[in-house]
Amino acid sequence: MSATRAGTEGGALGPGLLDVFSDFVGELRASGVPVSTTEVLDATEALRQLPLSDRQALKSGLAAALVKEEGHWRAYEALFDLYFSLRPSPGAPAGAPAVEGESVVTLTPGELAERAYKALLEGNVEALAGLARAAVARFGGLEPGRHLSVSYYTLRTLRQLQLDDLAERLAASAHEATGLEGALLANDYRRRLAQLRADVEAEVRRVMVSERGAGAVARALRRPLPEDTDFMHLSREEVAALQRTVQPLARKLAVHLARQRRRRHEGRLDFRATMRRSLSSGGVPVEPRFRSRRRAKPELWVLADISGSVAAFARFTLQLVYALSSQFSRTRSWAFIDGVDEVTGLMREADDVAHAVRSINTAADVVWEEGHSDYGHAFSDFVGRFGKELSPRTSVLVLGDARNNYHAVEAWALAEVARRARHVWWLNPEPRAYWDTGDSVLAEYGAHCSGVYECRNLRQLRRFVEHLT
Amino acid sequence: MAGTAEEARFESPSAVNDSLRAVGYFADEGTASVVFLADRLAKPVLVEGPAGTGKTQLAKSVAEMTGARLVRLQCYEGLDESKALYEWNYKKQLLRIQAEQVTSGGETWGELEADIFSEPFLLARPLLEAIRASDPVVLLIDEVDRVEVETEALLLEVLSDYQVSVPEMGTVKAQQIPLVFLTSNNTRELSEALKRRCLFLHLDYPSPGREREIVLAKVPGIEAALAEQVVRTVQLVRSLELKKPPSVSETLDWARTLVLLGVARLDADVAKETLNVLLKHSSDIERAAKDLVTTER
Repeated sequence: MSATRAGTEGGALGPGLLDVFSDFVGELRASGVPVSTTEVLDATEALRQLPLSDRQALKSGLAAALVKEEGHWRAYEALFDLYFSLRPSPGAPAGAPAVEGESVVTLTPGELAERAYKALLEGNVEALAGLARAAVARFGGLEPGRHLSVSYYTLRTLRQLQLDDLAERLAASAHEATGLEGALLANDYRRRLAQLRADVEAEVRRVMVSERGAGAVARALRRPLPEDTDFMHLSREEVAALQRTVQPLARKLAVHLARQRRRRHEGRLDFRATMRRSLSSGGVPVEPRFRSRRRAKPELWVLADISGSVAAFARFTLQLVYALSSQFSRTRSWAFIDGVDEVTGLMREADDVAHAVRSINTAADVVWEEGHSDYGHAFSDFVGRFGKELSPRTSVLVLGDARNNYHAVEAWALAEVARRARHVWWLNPEPRAYWDTGDSVLAEYGAHCSGVYECRNLRQLRRFVEHLT
Repeated sequence: MAGTAEEARFESPSAVNDSLRAVGYFADEGTASVVFLADRLAKPVLVEGPAGTGKTQLAKSVAEMTGARLVRLQCYEGLDESKALYEWNYKKQLLRIQAEQVTSGGETWGELEADIFSEPFLLARPLLEAIRASDPVVLLIDEVDRVEVETEALLLEVLSDYQVSVPEMGTVKAQQIPLVFLTSNNTRELSEALKRRCLFLHLDYPSPGREREIVLAKVPGIEAALAEQVVRTVQLVRSLELKKPPSVSETLDWARTLVLLGVARLDADVAKETLNVLLKHSSDIERAAKDLVTTER
């Protein structure tokens, strides 16, 4: 480790703060953020050097030492707030919170909502924060000893504040302005509403932390990191968070793969070229020459089950595959539920895969009879219509959970695909333990595949793609 | 190796913020406290974030505000030791040997060898230059994600111990610990070893308030009302799902264009006509043009 400019002015840390800090680091590790011992030491030193009164500086300073990936910031921020920002400080005023000098106890819900509307219109940040505190005290109904569900109490408070109604009124008021100003106002209001929501949630957390301690709340709130989140159960925010992670990941993978391809060109010794070159050094083969190996890029066909349960998984995988399309000579894709339809055109037209997947749901003809997954029919249909175009250069990727709803399996169809294509890979977003239980018939299909992989989160998906190319 | 409190460059994070402002860099709270810590902990800073958020400029501004010389190593694929650390000036060495033969002085081979592998024959490349400097320097290692993983290892000795080992001469240690900034556009995963040695700073697009300050400071002759509108529009555009969201420099270009065109108030038509300054993809321009007038989404 490097010597530090040991600051004489940085005071010694009290044992209380160190305890809180080590609990904090423990919880950070428990949520999956990798923190090494060196980094903990750096953070401790940072804690000594930074002015403790400046929470914002402390937050970003500790993050600089502990969190080395942008995707982990949200997890860090939530925990930091629990352990440092939301702690009850000894100097805080007690009693019911007040808005503009009045005690809120006397305000009716309608009046409180009215004030919120006014603050939202004006963009008065302090008033909004005060209102959030007041609303939680008034409507949160946080009872000691109840279950630690932040989202429940947040929703409950927001409903009492008539948030949906507020949003509608704001949208209507933005609509009165014309042209650009209207669009700008609408955007401002959206942001302020999100701010109010965040304020209310922070306040709920603060109350819980003061009652139950940061550790308990942190454990109750623990969520996997975006790359470890299960594709099968994504909340809307998690989809958005994952979306932000996929894009850089795809770009990184594409750069990595392109570099590998460029570097791996040396092949076997080229005897003739070596001899020819040796003439310039009097027949001594000083510099061996190698035949460069041309690796043909594979053609990739993706067959994606887009029925409800696995749609999110299909979406992220398609997005990754298309971001990597320069690594394949050609990429084609089909979507199926119980019927199958080629969506290559749709994917190409849309400038963004997220939009493409949305339009697939409306434009592609993937439902044959009832709209429940029927792999057997989809595969036999596929072989009948496109089987002839498969060639030994084609690799086929099947995305789905193989839950066939007890329809005919028709494994021969997949066998036919496997016979004509170079590889058939199957990615299943379900945990391995669930395979072949209930209506899952993965084993019967898997017998014809070159490989069947569990692919529950972005980490596993990434590993597979690296292996694929 | 340095290590006393007198050498601390900055008083507090807010002092860093003020000095950065004085040289025209509008940092957010986080940036200032990371720069402050970089000095106090003697650690390099790895700055990551989307293009055009002022990563390189941060290093330049820190150099300017501390009155230090900026030593810059631009990374690229294929960067090697002889371009990053040092190289022996072999032409000069050859000349030296030939001169020896001509004058046929009484030097033995041992003496000669010691002579040609010494300071005068060494070509210092940026990393060594920064380490050897006796004047204050800020070392900027730009776009570190462009070098291969193997080449990254070259940096580790410099970054953790502030020294460079030259086998023929021994180890060169830093006379004073320079402030080091590495920037990355995140095109690949940097190695754990590198990340562990650095403080990490993610620079994102600025908040509306900060961006307004930047526009007012960098675009001469802009009215406050127009600056406000420009920033709000840019914020709206960034919230759309675009291929390439506008960076700060593009905001500034746009604001300058509007000032040149003599626009006093932004409306939907003017905005649409000049969107091509702000956005670089035609699909993005279409998308934004659509969303700039509709209030319902």
